[in-house]
Amino acid sequence: MQLAYWMYAGPAHVGTLRVTSSFKNVHAIMHAPLGDDYFHVMRSMLERERDFTPVTASIVDRDVLGNGTKDKVTEAARRKDREDAPDLIVVTPTCTSSILQEDLANFVDLAKLGSEGDVIAADVNHYRFNEVQAADRTLEQIVKFYIQKAQDQGNLITERTSKPSVNLLGIFTLGFHHSHDLREMKRLLFYLGIEVNAVLPEGADIETIRHLPQAWINLVPYREIGLMTAQFLEEEFGQPYVSTMPMGTTQTENFVREIFSTLQSLDPSLSTDHVSQYLHEKTHWVGESAWFSRSIDCQNLTGRRAIVFGDASHAAAMTRILSQEMGIQVVCAGTYCTHDAEWFRQQVSPYTEEILITEDHTQVGDVIRRLEPAAIFGTQMERHVGKRLGIPCGVISSPVHIQNFPLAYRPFCGYEGANQIADLVYNSFSLGMEEHLLEMFGGHDTKEILDLPLDPQDILWTKEGEEELQNIPRFVRHKVRKNTENYALQHHLEEITPAVLFRAKEAFGG
Amino acid sequence: MTRLTPKDLVIECETGNYHTFCPISCVSWLYQKVEDSFFLVIGTKTCGYFLQNSLGVMIFAEPRYAMAELEEGDITAQINPYTDLKRLCLEIQQDRNPSLIVWIGTCTTEVIKMDLEGIAPRLEAELQIPILVARANGLDYAFTQGEDNVLASMVDCCPSEQHASDQSSPPLVLFGSVAATVASQLNDELAQQGIEVSGWLPSRRHSELPAVGPMVHVAGVNPFLSRTALALSRRRKCEVIYSPFPIGPDGTAAWLERITQALKVGNHQLIRERAATIWGTLEDHLTYLEGRSIFFMGDNLLEVSLARFLARCGMTILEVGVPYVDRRFQGPEIQFLEQTCQEMDLLMPRIVEKPDNYYQVHRIHAVRPDLVITGMAHANPLEARGITTKWSVEFTFSQIHGFTNARDILKLIQRPLERNQSLDQLGWSTLTREPALT
Repeated sequence: MQLAYWMYAGPAHVGTLRVTSSFKNVHAIMHAPLGDDYFHVMRSMLERERDFTPVTASIVDRDVLGNGTKDKVTEAARRKDREDAPDLIVVTPTCTSSILQEDLANFVDLAKLGSEGDVIAADVNHYRFNEVQAADRTLEQIVKFYIQKAQDQGNLITERTSKPSVNLLGIFTLGFHHSHDLREMKRLLFYLGIEVNAVLPEGADIETIRHLPQAWINLVPYREIGLMTAQFLEEEFGQPYVSTMPMGTTQTENFVREIFSTLQSLDPSLSTDHVSQYLHEKTHWVGESAWFSRSIDCQNLTGRRAIVFGDASHAAAMTRILSQEMGIQVVCAGTYCTHDAEWFRQQVSPYTEEILITEDHTQVGDVIRRLEPAAIFGTQMERHVGKRLGIPCGVISSPVHIQNFPLAYRPFCGYEGANQIADLVYNSFSLGMEEHLLEMFGGHDTKEILDLPLDPQDILWTKEGEEELQNIPRFVRHKVRKNTENYALQHHLEEITPAVLFRAKEAFGG
Repeated sequence: MTRLTPKDLVIECETGNYHTFCPISCVSWLYQKVEDSFFLVIGTKTCGYFLQNSLGVMIFAEPRYAMAELEEGDITAQINPYTDLKRLCLEIQQDRNPSLIVWIGTCTTEVIKMDLEGIAPRLEAELQIPILVARANGLDYAFTQGEDNVLASMVDCCPSEQHASDQSSPPLVLFGSVAATVASQLNDELAQQGIEVSGWLPSRRHSELPAVGPMVHVAGVNPFLSRTALALSRRRKCEVIYSPFPIGPDGTAAWLERITQALKVGNHQLIRERAATIWGTLEDHLTYLEGRSIFFMGDNLLEVSLARFLARCGMTILEVGVPYVDRRFQGPEIQFLEQTCQEMDLLMPRIVEKPDNYYQVHRIHAVRPDLVITGMAHANPLEARGITTKWSVEFTFSQIHGFTNARDILKLIQRPLERNQSLDQLGWSTLTREPALT
């Protein structure tokens, strides 16, 4: 047992559900007690999803505990097969089903008997994997399943497309700015003359999977999900992959160059004449971030101290951008992806003074306190630590809140992403500076005025009345005070008791 | 599918495949209510993830709750839960110094049969701090029933009523966690009837828990507190006053009447006049809401009381989904709903216990209610299909009790209707490509 208040990565089933509900016409049956389907709320609220989340809980209750869960899970899967006719049903274990140690594979075999669609059980143990790892595994599992099926049926498409093409792996629901990044990457590839063969799993249907080997190479923009799938496809079909994340100007360039060198290794006759020209054009004239790095504004950021924390891919990319492209001193870079610590260390060690690998948010908070950076680039948790310490924070990674699912176009990848990041960095530091200056010159001077009675009348607030007023949330207290005083005046009351306060609310409705 | 609007009030039971919050969510409001408490949820990452996300920004305010996160060693019984819990509780004592620690048992502690009730008294003696155990797991309970379990276990901590007090009326204890303002308002209503409330369960501080015993009358303020009522009546021999709940002016009046009747004091004429005054102030809402229809998918057990109030406002109640119906504790409220529908000449709603959300969505498409009260899982998808919704959890976290707050309930109901009325003129009512369900 350990004491925990907060976690960066959620439980395994959340990772699985994020993958299954990103596909079209794939339904997950969670094997879980009542209330564990909170994933619905996450997806419906954060993503503002218009469609019903394709996840059903096969409820584990007292009854089920007594009689075993087999019939219930099997029936839930068959019922869903009849109702929605999904292509695939993924039976998803949770912490509860993990300890019940029931034979999910057997349930799946039974469920398959009465179903038109496919049924599999997600191979993720709650106690061994977290959200991030489970997502990676589930994507691989689904891809393997359908590749195998296509091989068995002899309808796998292995012939490469005539023009160079790629699969984009690991774009999925509730991913940090994933949909914006996808648009940006598609645009980048389009202008470079590369076709996108498939995007997985977001918006893909199961049919897509047997077409995967058609692509020349796979792209894995985020290490957290898609890497296992890419490795599988490489082993199975010799399909190479590029796992460089195109975040920041230099890494975007590296991403493009790696893609072309990999493509050329498959077809040496492939022309790459346009690539350097394109990159030069983008870096020098279209993207603003290279110029920003050179400008006076950014000069003022030189040597300022920052801390970076997040998932491995975003934190590593951000560290590199701050240090390499903006001359900011990264005093500590960290990740909560402890399973990928080695890669992370190797990526950031040239660019930071200290490396922090932890899943414990209090440890991150302590480091921030100790190092007192001028700005933080982290998750929502670091934003709140920053708030408490008066240090500005730009959010660069999950876990995130609804404000990190903006309606407007806000990629983190590619050239537009680099512009967005430059704004984020600049605004974080300059806001901090503004606060600092305000403090130096005495600050905003309005706080105390707000709580005073506007126009002290000859009305006395009794002690009890005043106490009751303090129970009213601060942001409406002033309005309530005013309304109550008006009510007392109208009714010729000389003192305000709690009862008067309540009658005023009844009369004015607030 | 069965008829949508039967002539008699029927209570059906479906499959229990519905969305609701896990009952451990009660820590989010109870830790704030009991100021010197600390809640320790003994569960897994799944529980932690739910709390962290459902509590939103509250989580960043150093709340007085934590997870005791179970790891593989705990599950396979390689680790002794007694020593582990002792270590964690010592840590909590040192860092926070609470007057009371509440252990929340979860699905996992149930499944592995961790003997929390057995360990607690030993640790209580060793650490010199009261430790309460409440089972608030998703195997047995839904959402607000978590509070019921905590309060039921808190009943044992209440001091005993030793002697008949010299008050003018017999002692009255109210149970249910409401905001301090709401508690003052209800106290105030009873004071006008000459009744002084001798205490609330829960109280602001652990040391202020009310005395209970055979002389004490108790009344609940929320429909989901049936186990607490049972604990007060069976374990402490209190006199439970069964009544509709003080939600809406009709509910509040009925609640006050039953209490005054039981205590043999008060003036029903005054109560009726007060209710009439409040109804008078609601006129604008009533005009707006009359004749509109409403469908409760059901997730927090407030549904029957809200439906009854809205029926009295003239709304047509199509379905009342509810996680659990306790025929005794909620009985007066269900009868009151039936009576209200008769008096208002409305079709009887069906009450659906343990609803099935999938079937409900089909029924919603069939009858197209003016408003659906539902959880966040279904709210946005229904809105995209042109069906107006109100998020049910807001009723749990808003002040809805007593005469004073009746208007707030109607504001919550009216807001989405008005918002969508203005949008409908723009022709943006259906925003999904999917064909409508039939």
